Amino acid sequence: MATLARLQARSTFLAQQYYFRNSVVDIFRKKEYDAAVKIQSWFRGCRVRAYLRHLHRVATVIQKCWRGYLGRQQYQLIVKLAFCSMKMNLYNAMAVRIQKQWRGYRIRKYCFNYFYYKEYLRAVSETNDAIREALEEFAEMKEREDKKADLERKEKKKGYEARKMHYLLSTKQIPGIYNSPFRKDPDPWELRLQKAKPLISQRPKVKKISVSVSNWPAYASPQVLPQPKILPPIDRKPCQGPFRDITEVLEQRYKPLEPTLRVAEPINELQAAREELRKQECMRNIHDDMFLPFSSYNKNKKYIPLMHSSSKYGPDSYGSQHFRDENPTKWLCNKEIKEDKI
Amino acid sequence: MSQRQVLQVFEQYQKARTQFVQMVAELATRPQNIETLQNAGVMSLLRPLLLDVVPTIQQTAALALGRLANYNDDLAEAVVKGDILPQLVYSLAEQNRFYKKAAAFVLQAVGKHSPQLAQAIVDCGALDTLVICLEDFDPGVKEAAASALGFIARHNAELSQAVVDAGAVPLLVLCIQEPEIALKRIAASALSDISKHSPELAQTVVDAGAIAHLAQMILNPDSKLKRQILSALSQIAKHSVDLAEMVVEAEIFPVVLTCLKDKDEYVKKNASTLIREIAKHTPELSQLVVNAGGVAAVTDCIGSCKGNIRLPGIMMLGYVAAHSENLAMAVIISKGVPQLSLCLAEEPEDHIKAAAAWALGQIGRHTPEHARAVAVTNTLPVLLSLYLSAESSEDLQIKSKKAIKSILQKCTYLPALEPFLYDAPPNILKHVVGQFSKVLPHDSKARRLFVTSGGLKKVQEIKAEPGSLLQEYINTINNCYPEEIVRYYSPGYSETLLQRVDSYQPLIN
Repeated sequence: MATLARLQARSTFLAQQYYFRNSVVDIFRKKEYDAAVKIQSWFRGCRVRAYLRHLHRVATVIQKCWRGYLGRQQYQLIVKLAFCSMKMNLYNAMAVRIQKQWRGYRIRKYCFNYFYYKEYLRAVSETNDAIREALEEFAEMKEREDKKADLERKEKKKGYEARKMHYLLSTKQIPGIYNSPFRKDPDPWELRLQKAKPLISQRPKVKKISVSVSNWPAYASPQVLPQPKILPPIDRKPCQGPFRDITEVLEQRYKPLEPTLRVAEPINELQAAREELRKQECMRNIHDDMFLPFSSYNKNKKYIPLMHSSSKYGPDSYGSQHFRDENPTKWLCNKEIKEDKI
Repeated sequence: MSQRQVLQVFEQYQKARTQFVQMVAELATRPQNIETLQNAGVMSLLRPLLLDVVPTIQQTAALALGRLANYNDDLAEAVVKGDILPQLVYSLAEQNRFYKKAAAFVLQAVGKHSPQLAQAIVDCGALDTLVICLEDFDPGVKEAAASALGFIARHNAELSQAVVDAGAVPLLVLCIQEPEIALKRIAASALSDISKHSPELAQTVVDAGAIAHLAQMILNPDSKLKRQILSALSQIAKHSVDLAEMVVEAEIFPVVLTCLKDKDEYVKKNASTLIREIAKHTPELSQLVVNAGGVAAVTDCIGSCKGNIRLPGIMMLGYVAAHSENLAMAVIISKGVPQLSLCLAEEPEDHIKAAAAWALGQIGRHTPEHARAVAVTNTLPVLLSLYLSAESSEDLQIKSKKAIKSILQKCTYLPALEPFLYDAPPNILKHVVGQFSKVLPHDSKARRLFVTSGGLKKVQEIKAEPGSLLQEYINTINNCYPEEIVRYYSPGYSETLLQRVDSYQPLIN
C-alpha cells in the first residue's frame, strides 16, 4: 500500500509533469507530424516507384520474349513461303523446258513434219504430172480416133462420088477429063475411078417428112406412127340372110396366111436333103487332098504327051480358044446380055 | 340412094378426120403455126378426136396435143382444163404402144411447164400408169414414160416424193441397164431430177442401187449420156457426206477425170460439178480428190474452156483450198493460182469473177507462204480494182474485199503490198500498214527498201486518228527508224527548215 500511497502522492506531480511535458510536446507536435508525413510520403513514393519500375522491367522482358517468339515464327513462315515459291518457279521453269521440248518434238514428228510435208507436196505434184500426162494421152487417143473416123467417112464419101462419076473414066480411045493427054500422070481421081464400081441404078428415094424442129424426142417424131394403107371399114349394118357377122368375115378375109404342114413344106425337099447330106459329109471330111504318091515316083516316070498335042502340026485351036473373051468382073450389071436372035 | 352411097359419106368423113389430125400434127411441129392453130380452136377440135373409134386417129391426135402443149403453158393449161388428162391416163394403161408413147408425150409436155400443171397430172393418178409403162417391152414407151416422170419430178420435192412413192426409182434403175442409149439417157436424167431435191430422195435413189450402174457408164462414148450420168451423180453427192462417200466408193475417181478432157462442154461442166460436190463436204474427201490428181485435171479443164463451164471448176478449187493449209498448198503446186487469176482477169461475167476472187481468198488466207503464192501472180491489184470499180456487182465487191483482206492479213511479201499504200481505200490501207508494221522491225533490208521506194514518206502522209489502230501501226513503223529520218520524210518538213533559216541569227564575228 505504501507504493500505492507513494504513487498517489506522486500522482499530482505526475499529472503536472504530464501536462507540462504534453504542452512542451504540443508545440512541436504539428511540425513533427508534417515532417513525419513528408518522410513517409517520400519513402512510400520511392518504394512504389521502385516497384513500378520493377514491374515495367519485368513486363518488358516478357514482351521482348513473346515478341521475339512471334517474330521468329513469322520469319519462319516467310522463309518457308519464299522457299516454296522459289522451288515452284524453278519447277515451272523446268516443266516449261520439258514441255517445250516435248511439244516441239511431237509437232515436228507427227503434225508438222517438214520432210513429210515436202514429201507430200512432191507426191502431189508427181501425181498431178502423171494425171496430166495420162489425160493428155487420153485426149490424144480420142482425137486420133476421131480423126480416123473422119478420114474413113471422107474416104467413103469420095468412094461414093467416084462411083457416081464413073462415067468420066477415060477409055482407050477418048481420054477422060481426069486423064489429060498433056499431063505426064493422070489425076488421082482417074485411078480412083478405075477402081470404083459404077453406080448402077438409083431408085427413087422415099421422100422423108422433114421436121423443122430437130429437138423432138424420137418417140414424138412423125415417122413412128403407123400409116395404114387402108382405113378399116366403117361399121355397116349386118346383111339380111344367113350370113355371118361382118367382123368375123373381115377377120377371115384379112387374117394372115397360115399354111398347112404339107403346104409349108418346100417342094425341092429331096434336093435340099441331098445338099444337107453333102454338107455334112464335107464337114466330117478331115483332109481334102488325096493321098499323093511319093515325090520321087514322078521323076522316074516318063512323060507321055497326048497324041492330040504331040502332033507336029501343033495343037488344034478349035474349041480351046475364043476371040470373044468374057470378063465378068468388068460387067456393068449382073445380068447377062442376051444376044438378039435374027 | 343405095347403101353404098350412104357408106361412102362415112368413109369420106373418116378419111377427112385422119387427114385433119395428121395435118395438125404436122403443123404443130413449127412454132410459127402455134398461135394460128390456137386461135382456130384446135384444142376443142382435137379433144373429141382422142375418143375416136379409129386408133390411128386417136394416136395422132394425142401426138398433136403433145406438140401443142409442148410450146407454152397456156396450151398446156388448156389441156388440163379440158379434162383430157383422165382420158389419157385411162387409155395409157389400155391401148397399144403407139398410143402409150403419144399419151406419155402429152403428159410430159403438160408437166414440164409448172409445178401446178405437174401436180394436176399427179392428181389424175397418172404416176401409177406411167410406172406401169416403165415395165413395157417397147423401149420407146419406156423412154416416153421415164421422160414424163423426170419432167414431173423436176419441179419440187413433193412431186419428186410422189414419183418415188409410185415406185418409179427401181424401174428407172432397170431402164439405165437397157441397151438403148436414148433410154439410158432419159432414165439417168430422171434419176438426177428426182435426187436433186433432198437427201432423203437421193438416199432412195442410192438404195435402189443406181450408183454402181451410173458409175460404170462414165466411160460411155455417147456424150449426151455422159452429161446425164455425171449430173445424176453430182445431184446425189451434193446432199451429205455419206452420199458423197457412196459415190466415191463406186470408184469413179481416175475415170471421171477423163471426162474433163471431153470435147463436149457440158460433159466437162458436169464432171467438174461432180468433183466439186464431192470435194466440198470434208477435208478427207478433198484429200482424196487431191490424191487422185483431180486438182491438176480441174485446173487444166479451167484453162481449156470459157464462161459458165469454168464456174464449177473454180468453185471446186476454192472448196479444196478452204479445208486446210495442206490442201491449199496442193492447189498452189497444181498451178491453180495462175489459172484462177487468169479467170479473174479475162472473164466478162461478174459471178464467175466473184467465184474466182473467193477461191483466191480461200487459197491465200492460210499462211504467209500461201499469201505470197497468190501475191506473186499479181492478183491483188486486180482484186482491188474489182472492189473499187463501180460496175462490179455488190456480191463481187464483197467477195473481192474479203479476199483482199484475208490475203493481206497473211501477206509478208512487201513488193506486192507496196502499191497498195498508194491507191488503197482506208479500210484496206489499215491492213497493209499493219503488215508493214509487223515485218519491218525484223527485217533490215526491207527497212532500207521501204525508205528508198518512198513507202515511209507515204506512211507519214497518212492521216490517222490518234489512238486508232492505224495510228498504232504507223507509230510502230516510225519506231523502226531514227527520228531525223522520220522527220525528214514528214510532210511540211521543208517549211519548218525554212522557218529555222528565218529565225536563225547569223554569228557575226
